[in-house]
Amino acid sequence: MIISLLAVTALGVIAWLGAQSGFQILFGAWLPYTALAVFLIGFAWRIMDWARRPVPFRIPTTGGQQKSLPWIKPAPLDNPSDSKGVVIRMLLEVLLFRSLFRNTEVTIENGNRVVYWSSKFLWLFALAFHYCFLVIFIRHFRFFLEPVPFVISALEILDGIMQIGVPRLFMTDALVVLAVLYLLGRRLFNQKVRYISLANDYFPLLLILGLVGSGIMMRYFTKVDVASVKAFVMSLVTLQPNTEILANIGPMFFVHLFFLSVLLMYFPFSKLMHMGGVFMSPTRNLPNDSRAKLHVNPWNPAKEYRTYEEYEDEFRDAMYEAGLPVVKLPEDAEE
Amino acid sequence: MSKLPTPEELISISYNTPVESWMDTKPEIVPGAVAYPAKQETMEGLHMPNPHTWNPFEEDWNLPENWEEIIYNGLKERLEKYRSFKLFMDICVRCGACADKCHYYIGSGDPKNMPVLRAELLRSVYRKDFTTAGKILGKLAGARKLDKEVIKEWFYYFYQCTECRRCSLFCPYGIDTAEVTMMARELLHELGLGLHWIMDPVSNCNRTGNHLGITPHAFKEIVEFLCDDIEEITGVRINPPFNEPGHEVLFITPSGDAFADPGIYTFMGYLMLFEEIGLDYTLSTYASEGGNFGLFTSAKVMKKLNAKMYAEAERLGSKWILGGECGHMWRVINQYMSTMNGPTPACMETPVSPITGTVFHNAAETKMVHITEFTADLIKHDKLRLDPSRNDHLTVTFHDSCNPARAMGLLEEPREVLKAVCNNFYEMPENTIREQTFCCGAGSGLNTDEIMEIRMRGALPRGNALRYVQEKHGVDTLACICAIDRATLPPLADYWAPGVSVYGTHELVANALVMKGEKKRTLDIRQNDLPGMEDE
Repeated sequence: MIISLLAVTALGVIAWLGAQSGFQILFGAWLPYTALAVFLIGFAWRIMDWARRPVPFRIPTTGGQQKSLPWIKPAPLDNPSDSKGVVIRMLLEVLLFRSLFRNTEVTIENGNRVVYWSSKFLWLFALAFHYCFLVIFIRHFRFFLEPVPFVISALEILDGIMQIGVPRLFMTDALVVLAVLYLLGRRLFNQKVRYISLANDYFPLLLILGLVGSGIMMRYFTKVDVASVKAFVMSLVTLQPNTEILANIGPMFFVHLFFLSVLLMYFPFSKLMHMGGVFMSPTRNLPNDSRAKLHVNPWNPAKEYRTYEEYEDEFRDAMYEAGLPVVKLPEDAEE
Repeated sequence: MSKLPTPEELISISYNTPVESWMDTKPEIVPGAVAYPAKQETMEGLHMPNPHTWNPFEEDWNLPENWEEIIYNGLKERLEKYRSFKLFMDICVRCGACADKCHYYIGSGDPKNMPVLRAELLRSVYRKDFTTAGKILGKLAGARKLDKEVIKEWFYYFYQCTECRRCSLFCPYGIDTAEVTMMARELLHELGLGLHWIMDPVSNCNRTGNHLGITPHAFKEIVEFLCDDIEEITGVRINPPFNEPGHEVLFITPSGDAFADPGIYTFMGYLMLFEEIGLDYTLSTYASEGGNFGLFTSAKVMKKLNAKMYAEAERLGSKWILGGECGHMWRVINQYMSTMNGPTPACMETPVSPITGTVFHNAAETKMVHITEFTADLIKHDKLRLDPSRNDHLTVTFHDSCNPARAMGLLEEPREVLKAVCNNFYEMPENTIREQTFCCGAGSGLNTDEIMEIRMRGALPRGNALRYVQEKHGVDTLACICAIDRATLPPLADYWAPGVSVYGTHELVANALVMKGEKKRTLDIRQNDLPGMEDE
């Protein structure tokens, strides 16, 4: 935790100072370009690295009734028997975190009863975090597209529908901070989770906190010249970075951009790859059908087993004696 | 043997975490904490790698000279062969959703029994050797160097996981600790480290066709004894065929059903059912084991032991295989069998019930039907005469085995059967049954007596749920569909819910089954008096 905090703080300071001391082109253009390249290539490489490895067996975790006898109602979402069921199962998993929704917490009550409590906060805040992040990500395309598509403007209107303050408060901004703080707080104050947490669990949370924090600062507090930001980002998009404009943009922008660059570069080499990995999990993305269909293991080794002949050779006399059928009669058998 | 604490002592569990980091704590490997090691000659006989004599309670485990290299290469090979393994090493976010889903964690409070941390034991080594961040940042990135202490820790904790997959149900990415445990056990086997209680059954199964080492003539004798008992109870004489070619169905059940109480009563139930419906079947002494301790050993051994089923079906010309009540047996059949040992022999066909005409499309490839699917179908079509009042002296609940629940989805079939043959049926609480069911505390080859305390800890969630329905509804009968359960649930019940007895589902079927030509039944299958049906 401390190390991650120091690391993220240091990154912020570096960006701040860098922006002040003439490294604008580095922090404003070269780093983001590099980061995007690292992210895209790294992400693709990781996916291909998983994809090239075989899935020898169909091992879905079945969370409901199998499809068997015609009058027994199967559970196609938790125990899919075909690819349609798998697609729906995966959609629910990816879009609604269905497995996490099942979460419970165990306590022992009165010293003799094991009780399972519903425990949905992790699901709620994890979902809130991911969706807010997605909406914020989409909203940012206002800076990358000219003209700004209607969808994005509509999303902004929806997101600010509470009409609080000027500039209008985006609900997702508040929620994403809340959700990250919950996820962080859980790691710090839930003894079990704290015990299993590593530096690379705290680091992405703090980094994202820095990212959204610097964004919020710019929008609501320190203010930047949005028109200049837009012009600069468009110059990045058209691959002609205009460093002149950078003079009008405060250092907070650089901090924001640098956090983003670090996040992009960190992403493919970290647990954040669960974003791609979840789609490839063999316990979720396969139908439970290996009793109905042949599934081939590309490295299936040759069959090696003790044959019936070897078995009978060892036990023939006793088998014959006991009246069990034998393929070959014992030597001293009476014809 | 260490002394078993009382249930009251055992349940006072602290879930507080230690002060020091998990990388700095080491398990205490004392008698009672780990099961006995496999014998050198057993490992040699199976051609397992690096067989040697060792004792877990000694400092030195006599690992092979190049043990680090073996682990490195073993890890590398498995990461290449299994996308699941590589992915599960990479994408865990340590959210902790799995933590208190594990019966061993609930029962012990040991943080390394949290599935996430159990996987980290291996993941940390993977990071050190196979990830850039781990190589550079080391401990900061959650990586650690492999040393002999880590191997001991693996042995301790990967044999405190029953591969039950409950954690994978709750994981947002479906990370399956069973998969990780299997890999870890494979790696330990590469170093010649295995359990006596697993490797001996494997060796027996290879040689005699079943885990218990029952020789063919003994197997026949046992079944004939059971038939004597059936005659005693019902007046009907059954002469089941053994190793006979030319029958439609090959019937395979776990050998535990032919060996000990209460499994034998379940076996009697199968025999009575087949007799009553006139099923054209044969037993086999060569394929006399449905279960597969290879699943707890390695993919290679699992395949080797499973191969006999199709080989025997081919030799005997069976059209399809009917499988008995067994948990991990059905995980193997449902998720591995046809992939490992298919396609099926030419003589085999998609199973069709000869009694009802029902086609088992869900078993079209493997050609193997679960006995409760088969019986539920018979009951649905009204092909059995049942008198459920013969089970009225019992108040029944049902334990879903982990594997049929979470690696198959066989939930309703056994319940349909039970509800047809028992009038008093109650479910345990919903967080402890069906897909959320809890392990018996001793699956995956851990049903050995020297680790009874660990077993009873792992059995706490199931035992507690059982106790609940015992107090609430007067449940005194725990029905199951698994041979290992029939071995592990009686001590669980005696410890956590004294007064509950364990029954196989088909034993209850046998009690209720009205057979053609039977005499007036005054005894149940255990030869206890049936209340209200005594001789006048």
